[in-house]
Amino acid sequence: MTTATPPTTPAPDTGALPVRSGGPRALLAAIGGQNLSLIGALVAVVALFGSLNENFVGWDNIQVIAEAATISGLLAVVQTVVIICGGLDISVGSQAGLASVTSAMVFTSTGSNPYLGIGAALAIGAAIGLFNGAVIIYGRVNPTIATLAGLAAYKGVAQLVSDGRAQGYVLNDPVFVFLSRGKIAGLPTMVWLLILTAAAVHALLTYTDIGRNIYAIGGNDTAARLAGINLNKYLIAAYALSGTVAALAGVLLTARTGSGQPVSGSEGLELQSITAAALGGCALKGGKGSIGGTLLAVALLGALQNGLTVQGINAFWQNVAQGTLLVAAVVIQQRRNRERAVGLPA
Amino acid sequence: MTPPEPTPPPPPGGSAGLSTEGVSKRFGSVQALTDVTVSFPPGQVTALMGENGAGKSTLLRILTGDHRPTEGRVLLDGQTLDLHSPQDARRAGIRIIPQEPEIIPHVPVAENVYAGSLPRAGLRRLDRAELRRRITADLARLGFDKVLDPDLLGSELTAAQRQLVEIMRALTGAVPPRAIAFDEPTSSLSEHEVEALFALIGRLRDEGIAVVYVSHRMKEIFRLADRIAVLRDGRVAGVVRAADTDEGELVRLMVGRDLSSLFVRQQVATDRVVLDVRDVTTDDVRDISLTVRAGEVVALAGLIGAGRSELALALAGDAPIRSGTVALNGRVLRLKDPRAAIAAGIGLAPEERKAQALFLQRTIRDNTSLVSLRRLSRWRFVKRRQEKDLAQEYADRLRVRAPSIEAEVRTLSGGNQQKVVLARWLARKPDLLILDEPTRGVDIGAKAEIYQIIADLAREGTAVLVISSELPEVLGLADRVVVMQNGRTTGELTRDQATEEAILALAMADDLATADDLASTAQTGETR
Repeated sequence: MTTATPPTTPAPDTGALPVRSGGPRALLAAIGGQNLSLIGALVAVVALFGSLNENFVGWDNIQVIAEAATISGLLAVVQTVVIICGGLDISVGSQAGLASVTSAMVFTSTGSNPYLGIGAALAIGAAIGLFNGAVIIYGRVNPTIATLAGLAAYKGVAQLVSDGRAQGYVLNDPVFVFLSRGKIAGLPTMVWLLILTAAAVHALLTYTDIGRNIYAIGGNDTAARLAGINLNKYLIAAYALSGTVAALAGVLLTARTGSGQPVSGSEGLELQSITAAALGGCALKGGKGSIGGTLLAVALLGALQNGLTVQGINAFWQNVAQGTLLVAAVVIQQRRNRERAVGLPA
Repeated sequence: MTPPEPTPPPPPGGSAGLSTEGVSKRFGSVQALTDVTVSFPPGQVTALMGENGAGKSTLLRILTGDHRPTEGRVLLDGQTLDLHSPQDARRAGIRIIPQEPEIIPHVPVAENVYAGSLPRAGLRRLDRAELRRRITADLARLGFDKVLDPDLLGSELTAAQRQLVEIMRALTGAVPPRAIAFDEPTSSLSEHEVEALFALIGRLRDEGIAVVYVSHRMKEIFRLADRIAVLRDGRVAGVVRAADTDEGELVRLMVGRDLSSLFVRQQVATDRVVLDVRDVTTDDVRDISLTVRAGEVVALAGLIGAGRSELALALAGDAPIRSGTVALNGRVLRLKDPRAAIAAGIGLAPEERKAQALFLQRTIRDNTSLVSLRRLSRWRFVKRRQEKDLAQEYADRLRVRAPSIEAEVRTLSGGNQQKVVLARWLARKPDLLILDEPTRGVDIGAKAEIYQIIADLAREGTAVLVISSELPEVLGLADRVVVMQNGRTTGELTRDQATEEAILALAMADDLATADDLASTAQTGETR
């Protein structure tokens, strides 16, 4: 947000602190420097692709972008929570894949009951999240390693139960049709789900004592512990939330494609979610980040991806762009921290 | 203040051995050393003494190239040394045996000793034959071949063996050692090992090496040292010949400041016991018993490493209590985690405020309200208005100097950061507040304000346990002083009995002193 300022020189001994005033300056400060640069980048991307293709800024294309960004957006929102805690979840994509397969297979085997299918997927997601948290806390496995293992293992489980093939067909069911094509007040259902999830998580982080404790844990875990915060409970809950929302993304994936997908559509989502969180201003060592910033980054990434596709640019280049963006976001972040370039980064 | 050194005049052409000339060192606003001129002649053991914070570590670091002096210079045999790094000092022949040996756990002793200059064969392979030849020769030369197996892994070594590895590092290498500094080398050694170490130090001295020996232990110093240099508040308080002095003089040299004008304490202690610790043993302290009454300020004095901070963490629920009981207001507590301690009414402002207490990227408001959030919330939603009022109230009361309570804590000075930590606990209103080194790294103005805050707290009936390594602070603040050494309490002094000399005597007592000793020490004002 702000660059380092020198220690304030002691003011004359008045004792009292002045109250901050409002005005446009306060508004800009509230948005934050990081978010302003994201808005700037978004405007630049829209202007660039808009000038190349006038349909880019049309309402139809914006809806396409929003729908395409919904699934990665959901994952980016929970990734933000995990990263603020000081963790990382690389297994979100595989969790979504497993949930997608689960929802379709349970739907089929229960005689086309969509609620059981969706419920089973969410339950699996929550259980996997709890398991991730338990491995990290009680197995003392570094979060990156634990969820990297999960990335491989959960994908494998999804492929095993589905025999590696797309499962079932759900678009004969009104609930799944509503999820994939329905609209509420002119906006697609999927986009509403992202908005609701993001708003709930934003409220949790910003307005509740739970949110304060989450920032505290990521900012300084020793100080958080000495302040009486139950670190284990919070960290395990963060991974459980991550698993549950990843499962929701998996259900939406099923709804969009019409069947349960073990790998296709969910592979690579972990990279997208981490990139969005880092670009959105999350400090990868924890303690800092916001849902607003992450959503802006999701919008930026979505617009960029759509623009490149509309221009017919090879999808392989999009991978290169994504990797570059992630590294660039972290380099900029570390520059601001002014960390000494000696040995491995902290 | 700085008596001239009563050493023989230096030989013509500058003094032999290692010396400093007018060395000063500032860290930001803190003056760690001021005009330190001291010499460490060859063939002699010079002990370096001083209270915690007197500047011993800083001086060692300057001698060994870890810090550069702000002013002044370091000389070896009259030649100015320009030391930019520990490697420079090593090449000049200056070595240090650090208090905590740096041992690589997964490699054998031989590779630990020569780490950084391992013998190489072609293609940068390790030359194992040469390594074996070297370690065997060096072990035999130094007489360590019976006690140190070169094939043991770093992780398998005892504390004494780890120290031997550091000593071997210091005594080997292309440049022969000219000066060697030992930083409290006996703290983790058994009596038998100490004897072996002393024999080795005697040999080094006889070989004409300048030995610098940092220790708090009087007995060792009088056995070993030829000369004793005492630092106080970053200045040389005196340099004396060991044969011409006694413990009493050394203690007087180490203390003797007057900051009493800063203290405003009046005794308001009541008879109601708030904290009652009985026979508490943890992994770091043994059989601790003490009480703190409502309105009373009890100071825990002792040297660094005496176990005071460890006891504080145990009382705050962050270290398991193996046996004994802790009661607060007559109720025995089960301190399974800090949460339980806070719920019971115990607050701790820990020693390392940045590492253990503060969230530097968050605001003063966030940092202040953290342990009071549940009280400020309804349905888990924090009531912003009340939170702001609370943070503002305590920021005003403690005179936190910042643009607003929305300022990030990292932008504040050390004193104001400490006030934010205090504000957090004052807002919570604990029955017992433990303050671990509350004025470390704080400028003198903020210090006086923190003393006032502590006095106010006591007047409001809070029981306060202060850990401090600054004796004037201990004497100025405390109604009662409990002294610890090596994880045990060695005595308790009332306000009337407590003098710097009496506290130091207890803090440095090599054996447990009896209560009679203490009483007579306190009454006569003499050290044992």
